Amino acid sequence: MKQTLAQKVVARAAGRSTVTPGEIVTCKVDLAMVHDSSGPRRLKPMLERLGAKVWDPTKVVVITDHYLPEYDDESRKILRIARDWVREAGIDNFYDAQGICHVVLPERGHLRPGMFAVGGDSHSPTGGAFAAYMFGVGATEMLGVMVTGEIWLKVPHTIAIEFDGAFAPGVSAKDVMLFLIARYGMDGGQYQAVEYRGPAIRKLPMQERMTLCNMTAELGGQTGLIASDDVTRDYLQREVEIWDSDADAPLLAHHRFRADELPPQVAAPHSPANTRPVSDFDQRIDLAYIGACTGAKLADLRMAAAVLRGRKARAKLIVAPASLRDQQTAEGEGTLQVLLDAGAELLANSCGMCAGYGQHQLGENTVAISTTARNFKGRMGAASAQVYLASPYTVAASAVTGRITDPRGMLQ
Amino acid sequence: MKAWVFGDNVDTDVIAPGRYMKYGIDEIARHCMEALEPAFAASVRKGDVVVAGRNFGAGSSREQAPEALKHLGVAALIAESYAGLFYRNAINLGLPALVCAQAKRIRAGDHIAVDLDAGRIDNRTSGETLAAEPVPAFLLQIVRDGGLLAHLEKRLRGERASA
Repeated sequence: MKQTLAQKVVARAAGRSTVTPGEIVTCKVDLAMVHDSSGPRRLKPMLERLGAKVWDPTKVVVITDHYLPEYDDESRKILRIARDWVREAGIDNFYDAQGICHVVLPERGHLRPGMFAVGGDSHSPTGGAFAAYMFGVGATEMLGVMVTGEIWLKVPHTIAIEFDGAFAPGVSAKDVMLFLIARYGMDGGQYQAVEYRGPAIRKLPMQERMTLCNMTAELGGQTGLIASDDVTRDYLQREVEIWDSDADAPLLAHHRFRADELPPQVAAPHSPANTRPVSDFDQRIDLAYIGACTGAKLADLRMAAAVLRGRKARAKLIVAPASLRDQQTAEGEGTLQVLLDAGAELLANSCGMCAGYGQHQLGENTVAISTTARNFKGRMGAASAQVYLASPYTVAASAVTGRITDPRGMLQ
Repeated sequence: MKAWVFGDNVDTDVIAPGRYMKYGIDEIARHCMEALEPAFAASVRKGDVVVAGRNFGAGSSREQAPEALKHLGVAALIAESYAGLFYRNAINLGLPALVCAQAKRIRAGDHIAVDLDAGRIDNRTSGETLAAEPVPAFLLQIVRDGGLLAHLEKRLRGERASA
């Protein structure tokens, strides 16, 4: 029986040789990741009520990112619970103020092809870039995993999205996802597995692949997946198993596109599905934000620098590098200095303004362009704020001109 | 049970806004839906139902979204479809979430009665009966137990008693 990549990983986790889309199976969890918001502060009281312990502390990774930097009594309390709980629960895999969970998790080598993993955050499909089956769950469902080490799953169908050729300079994974979300809608993924494939995908570096899988959340898939290959091996700096779909495994849908025809994309308020090519926009902006797991990794900072080198931002420019390690690498190679010379204000390595949890929020009527994943009404601050989503190239170009701008004429 | 009607793609930032996530459920629930319907949190009554179109609960994994609706007394959700992550959260919090292709036939303010076991939605205002998709038995059991936490508590108590 021909199986897709998603079926193969699910079958392994379910202790089966094959699984059929639509059937309900119970899977053993190889790795469970939580952050400070959905993790310890919610898990701890529930575990105490059950009188239960974590099934296997070596399989749990805790990463603080939502309420950093701490700025009031509530955020300090939430972080304190996280720091105390990892000690009580005997969890050694704890990354405190090291960056955003989806970026730190693979950066510190916790993901492998073929793994079955859950995360207490909707952007957990990011892990699928490593040919792992990883998806987001809520805190109570995570409690179930913490107690039993298992989770139920309706075996997904696979939607294959294939890009031939190569993406044009100035076009990135963010453009791909905004284009797909506009075309198929925020429920286009039907809570199934979305597999990205084709020559243009194979050419993408690991962090760009992570952006594709990350925003499968906005496409409505349960997870996004990419087969493992040499790029996976080089990023993880170790030999990896090759996990891929069988050539003629049945698919729910197979969409094919020519990568070189895709122009930069921009999503208008208040939905990532509200996307059109950048050339359709004639819009002034007040603020450009380069941040989040989907838009401020090292690869993203380099894209912004390719536009900003030797230029000054006319709009307010804020950069929150997605991890401390990425920031340090960007600093060492000069990328960070390019951003600072352009006038960027630097924020901490955390979720920052993306989710609206912290002290930095968009004010009334602010018009912003952002590398983040969601521009829902009120998410980043005032309900009257207008948020446009775009790639790091486009956000950087727009910062320079103060208007939504096609970056392709500004690449260096 | 009065129906509150919303559109497609209602996201969890609207249901449970991020800036209140650091607080307890009382405070989060006070701001539930305020970007779309400022009067909702103060006016919704115990037993009311929330009706929506496609992809209700899109976005974040925060389970405070279904928790806030339940906290305000919402007895059931009826939608054409849900974001998968939100649907799992609703069940895990013990909030019935019915999938009904004809959800948009329900008007704001209609009196609705839901029979979860039969998968039947009676609109007492229009006189219509709508069918909901059947829910797998093991998920109905979680809802009946009051959510996954209570369900696990029951299961662990059983295991300990028989140990």
